[in-house]
This record gives sequence, C-alpha cells and structure tokens, in this order.
Amino acid sequence: MLEFLGKIIPNVLDKPDALAESIQETLIMTLWSGVLIFVLGMAFGIILTVTKHGGICENRGVFQILDKCINFFRSIPFIILLTGLMPLSRFIMGTAIGVPGAIVPLVFGATPFFTRQIENAFAEVDPGLIEAAQAMGCSTPEMVFQVYIKESLPGIARGTTITIISLLGLVAMAGAVGAGGLGDFAIRYGHDRNQADVTYVTVIILVIFVSVIQYIGTFIEKKNIH
Amino acid sequence: MIRFENVSKTFVSGGRAVEAVKNVDLEIGKGKVYGIIGFSGAGKSTLVRCINLLERPSGGKVYVDDVELTGLSEAELRKQRKNIGMIFQQFNLFKSRTVYENVAFPLRKSSLTKAEKEEKIHQLLELVGLTEYKKAYPSQLSGGQKQRVAIARALANDPKVLLSDESTSALDPQTTKSILKLLKKVNEEMGITIVIITHEMQVVKDICDEVAVMEDGRVVEQGGVFEVFASPKQPITKNFVDSTSNLSRIYELVEEKHPLTVLKKGQCILRLRYLKQDASEALVSYISRKYDLDMNIIFGNIELIDENPIGGLVAIVSGEKASVEKAITYLENKQIGVEVILDA
Repeated sequence: MLEFLGKIIPNVLDKPDALAESIQETLIMTLWSGVLIFVLGMAFGIILTVTKHGGICENRGVFQILDKCINFFRSIPFIILLTGLMPLSRFIMGTAIGVPGAIVPLVFGATPFFTRQIENAFAEVDPGLIEAAQAMGCSTPEMVFQVYIKESLPGIARGTTITIISLLGLVAMAGAVGAGGLGDFAIRYGHDRNQADVTYVTVIILVIFVSVIQYIGTFIEKKNIH
Repeated sequence: MIRFENVSKTFVSGGRAVEAVKNVDLEIGKGKVYGIIGFSGAGKSTLVRCINLLERPSGGKVYVDDVELTGLSEAELRKQRKNIGMIFQQFNLFKSRTVYENVAFPLRKSSLTKAEKEEKIHQLLELVGLTEYKKAYPSQLSGGQKQRVAIARALANDPKVLLSDESTSALDPQTTKSILKLLKKVNEEMGITIVIITHEMQVVKDICDEVAVMEDGRVVEQGGVFEVFASPKQPITKNFVDSTSNLSRIYELVEEKHPLTVLKKGQCILRLRYLKQDASEALVSYISRKYDLDMNIIFGNIELIDENPIGGLVAIVSGEKASVEKAITYLENKQIGVEVILDA
C-alpha cells in the first residue's frame, strides 16, 4: 500500500508534517473566522430584517446604511480585500500575515455573503406568523428569537453550509498571501515546485471537507423541517 | 366591550394615500358574536386590526374593556393584547412547533406553574377536540384541524375578546360549519366576545348576534342580524342578503327571457319578503282561496334566524288584475314586502 502511494504521490509522503500543519491551519482559519462570520452575519441579518420597509422596527436610515455597506464589501474581489485590509489587520490582530492576519479579511469577505443568506432565510418566514406573534403580545426580541430564528432554522442551516463551503475557498486563497493552510501548501509545492501530486491531494482533501460539511448541513436542515 | 370612536386609517403607498377605514363609530357589546361583513377591500380586515392595534389608527380612539388602547405605550399595549385572541384565514401556526407547543406558546411568560400550564393546554386541546394530535406538526393536519389549534392557541391567555379574520374562508362548507359551532361554543361557555370578519353572509347568519356592513371604508349599516336580514336598507346589504338565497335568481331569468318567465295574459311575477318576526300564517293558500288566484311558486327560501323565519318566495300569479291588486294590499297589511317583478 505504502509502496503504491509512494509511486503515485511521492512528494506528499515526503512531507507529512507540512501537510498535517496546513490542514490544521485551514481548519483553524475556517473555524475562527466562521464563528465571527456567523455571529456578525446573524446580527446584521436580524437588523436588516427588522428595519426593512414593513419590518417590525422599521428604520430606513439603519437599513439603507447597512444594506449599502454589505453591497460595497460584496463587490470587492477577495484578493483585493486581502491586501487592502492589511493595515486594519495589523491594528486589530497585531499582524497582517499568517493565520491571525487572515482572519480580518476572511470576516470582511464572507460576512456580507452570510448576511444575505440569513436575510433570505428570514424573508421566507410567513409574515402571518409575525402578525400572529404580535397579536399574542410578543416583544421584538421574542419575535426575533422565537419566531424568525426558530421558524427559519432549515434556511439558516442551508445558508450556513453554503457560507462555510465558500469560506473554505476563501481560506485557500488567503494562503496565497502567506496565511498558510492547504492553499498555501498546494501553491508552494504543487505549483512553485511543480509537484502535481501535492495539488491533487490537496484538492481531494478539500473535496472530503466540502462533502462532510454538506452532509452535516443537509442533516441539520432536514431535522428541522416539519 | 369594544368601542371605536371616529376611527380612521390611511395607508400611504407610493405617494398615494388610501383611506382604508373612514370615521368609524361602532360599539360591540360584551358577550356578543359580532359580524363585520364586506367585500374584499372594504376595510374590514383593517378595522379589526385596529382593535388590537396591529394597525394603528391614523385618527380616533379604540377602547377595549374601557381601556383606551390607542393611548397606551408599546409595553402596556403588549400586555393588553393578551386579552385579545386572534385567529386568521391562513391559520398562522408555527410550523416548527408541534400542536402542543403552538398552544403553549402564549403561555411562555405566564405566571402559571409547569403543571398548571400542562393542565391548561390539555383542557384547551380537549375543547377543540385535538387531544390525540398534540405531538403532531401543523403540516400533518387538515385545514379545519389547523384552525382548531389556532383557536386553542388564541384562547390560551383567557382573553376577553376573540377576533376572527376570515377564519373560515379557506375551509370547505362542512368544516366551516364545525368551526363556527366551536366559536359559538367558546362564546356561550366562556363568555368571550367574538368579532368575526367575513365576506360570507352565511357565516353571519349562522352565528352572529349583530352585524355591521362595511363598504369603501365605512360602516354603512348595522344592527341585529334578523333586522338587517329582514329589511336591508343599503344596496350592498341587499346584495349580501340576496347572496344567501336563490330568490334573486329570478332577476337573471327575467333578463335572459327564460321560458319560465314568459308570461301569459293576466299573469305576473311577485316576490314576497317576510319582514315580520312571525311568518307562521298560511298566507299563500289564504290569498289563493280568497282572491281566486293561482300561485305557482318558482323560488322559495325560508330560514330560521334567531329562531325567527326569514326569507321569501317568488311566484307566478294568475288571476283577475283587480284581485291581484287586492291580494297585494292584503299582504302588505300583513307586513309582507311585495315586489312586482314582471307584469303581463
């Protein structure tokens, strides 16, 4: 077996430590930025939903500002965010390189996308339910947590799955500017040193990650559809 | 119990103001089943939403149980809303919650103990006849069952008022009957005042004590159901009253010159309306004998409202012209409305 692997992926077997480390870096970046993106995206999604026209706390000013900010950051290509946000990274994280340096651009890159996913999930909640909750004397926080979030759990699960998967792509890109991780691994060895087998193995690992995430996401979504 | 004082509601959309409710004054008595009827767009849904302030009136005052809701803060209003249950055409149940959890929802913050809550929910489910469905999700229920859950949920906080916004409009006639029966039971056994919004006169006829007719944002006619049925004053009310019987079919038949309405010399078509609360006399056979008339009844519709017969007949009458006129006078003296639809 090892002999066979040695024949088809010799360059990967050469550096198991580097591979393990890059997998770990990818997971750490995805996890940390993922948590921040989830919290921020949820908050922004809620704010957009309640302040929109006809929302339960309609506020044109807040809605317009947030809506435009999201559009603004969504239109900037990620590779530009990576370099453009370096000063901000240095200010917040103390460094603009390596795993910590990647967190800020990742959050800026994926939060607007996730916010839209959450906004969509909430938009699917029947307005009649909001009206019924209002008629029952619910306060705004109760309506957000007990109705919007509770009723759109399948949509939130779907949006989260899509976001984590595209985040994985961004994390790989961040590797290109020195953040480490699987993207960096593939470029450093697979591309720069022409070790094609490294690239293939990286791709296979990412395919496995994506499949697992999609499987879990679909499972949670199904469990919450009644 | 519920009082509207000069209530208006104007919506502004796309720079255009639409007056959905115009200067409505209305009083709904305690323990009554009150119907508000109108065609779509008449403003009845907006008016009922002004009771629990889901729509805040642009002008005027709304009192429920002598509390002026229009003068309350948001927090106080939320508290008052617990006294006002509401059910909807589309049921509006929480799809992610079971039947039990839906009914439990309004009780989350009540001061009852866990055991008391369980007991309460159990009683409510028993009232609406859904005890064995408590673990089911709304998607597993039929329309009528969903509405029953919605009624149980609306009653969880022991409200004084129950608002029903077209609650039977999405249901088939038989289910409608059973839901109306349940509402009547809620009204009679729990003493809850019910306000029913509908576009179906049949609903008003079946369970309401009083009715208000809305057209173009205004209440154009109101009163006891029998009174309104027996002698509708506004054209729209007549329209609604007609919609529950087949008597007005005669006008269509006359219009299209149906063979049935082609009269011979000396015949005429009369429409009789019972206006008095006592139609027990044998009037038709009496005038037929006394004035020597042949009465061919082509439509008939008599129903009981508030225990009183109401409705009318459409008949082709043949006989001497003078006798027919005498018969009409006789009927009018007996408080029967007579309309000559066609005279040959």
